[in-house]
Amino acid sequence: MSQSHSDQEAHNAEAMAEIKKVTIILSVFTIVELILGFWMMSMTSAALKLAIKGTIVILMMAKAFYIVAYFMHLKHEVKNLIMTIIVPLSLFVWFIGAFLWDGSSFRNLRNNYNPYFKEQSTIKVEKKEEEHGAAKHEATEAKHETIGTSHENAKPAKEPYY
Amino acid sequence: MSTTTTASPNEAKLWGGGQSPFSSEYGKVMMWYFLMSDAFTFGAFLISYGTVRFSTNGWPNSNEVFKSFPFAPEGVNAPLVFVSIMTFILIISSVTMVLAVHAGKNMDKQGVVRNMIFTIIGGIAFLSCQAWEWNHLHSEGAWWGMNPFLNADGTASTTNFTNFFFTITGFHGFHVFSGVVINIIMLIMTLLNKFEQRGHYLMIEKAGLYWHFVDLVWVFVFTIFYLL
Repeated sequence: MSQSHSDQEAHNAEAMAEIKKVTIILSVFTIVELILGFWMMSMTSAALKLAIKGTIVILMMAKAFYIVAYFMHLKHEVKNLIMTIIVPLSLFVWFIGAFLWDGSSFRNLRNNYNPYFKEQSTIKVEKKEEEHGAAKHEATEAKHETIGTSHENAKPAKEPYY
Repeated sequence: MSTTTTASPNEAKLWGGGQSPFSSEYGKVMMWYFLMSDAFTFGAFLISYGTVRFSTNGWPNSNEVFKSFPFAPEGVNAPLVFVSIMTFILIISSVTMVLAVHAGKNMDKQGVVRNMIFTIIGGIAFLSCQAWEWNHLHSEGAWWGMNPFLNADGTASTTNFTNFFFTITGFHGFHVFSGVVINIIMLIMTLLNKFEQRGHYLMIEKAGLYWHFVDLVWVFVFTIFYLL
C-alpha cells in the first residue's frame, strides 16, 4: 500500500516537472518571437527579414508541438491514435505549398500581363484627413495630381510610412 | 495455445476485442477527431489569407496597425505590446487547464475547482482584450469591407487585410467564448459533485483538449497576423 502511494507521488512529481518545463519552454519561445518581431521593425534588408520570419515560423511550429504533445497529452497516447490524427493533418504540407505558390504565381502573372494592376500598386496615396473607404478613389486622384503638379506634393506622402 | 499467441502480445490483445484498441475513452477520441476537423477549418482560413497576401503587391504593416494600448494617450506607438499580453494570458490559462486536468486525475476536487476558476478568468480576460482591440480598430474605421490603413509602402490597400483579420480573429474569439462556456459548465458540474459520483474526471480532460486547441490556434493566428 505504502509502495503504491509513493509510486503515485513520484508520478505526480514527474508530471508537475513536465508541466513546469513545457510552460517555461512556451514562454521563452514566445519572448524570443517577440524580440525577433521588435528587431525586425528596424530592419531594411529583405533577405534578413525573410530569415527572421523563417525563424519565427520554426518557433511557432515548436510551440505547436509542445502544446499538442505535452499539454494535450498526444505523446502519451497509443501510436495508432496518434497516426490517425497526424497523417491526415500532414495534408497541410501540400496545402500550404500549393496555395502559396499559386498566390505568388497569380501576382507574377498580373504584374506581367496587367499593366493597370501593376501601375495601381505603385501609386502612393497622399496621407491626409480623408474619410475611410475612399482609398480607391484617393489612389486615382493621387495619380492625376502627380501628373498635374510638381513632385513636392507627392513626395511627403511616403514619409509617415517607414 | 497461450504460448503461441504471446508471440506479439500487444498486437493480439489490442485488436482482439474486449478492449479499446486506442486504450482511450470514446468521447476523448471523438474530441480529437473534432479538433482535427476544426484544425482544417482554421487551416483553410489561414492558408487563404496567405494566398491572397502572396498574390497582392502591397500589404499593410501590422506594426503600424496594431500599435495602440488601452488607457494609453492617443497616438501612442506600442506595437506588439498589447498582443503579447493577450498571448501570455492564453498560455497561462492553458497551464492552469493542465493543472486542472492533473488534479482531476488525482480525484482532487479542490484543485480542479481552483484551476478551472483561473482558466475561466484567463479566458474572460482574453475575450475582454479582444473586445477592446476590435472596438479600437472599429473606431479607427476598420471593419469588414472598410480598411483605413495604407500598405506598408504607402500605396492604396484593399479591404482584404481587415476582412481576413476580423473573420479569423472573430472565429478564434468565438472558439474562446465557447471554451469559456464549456469550462463554466465543467466548473458547475464539479461543484455539484457530478464527477465524484462518476468516479472520474474525464470530462475535464475533454474540455481541456478543447481549451488547449484554442491556445494552439492562437499561436498560429498571433504569429501570422502580428509578427509575419
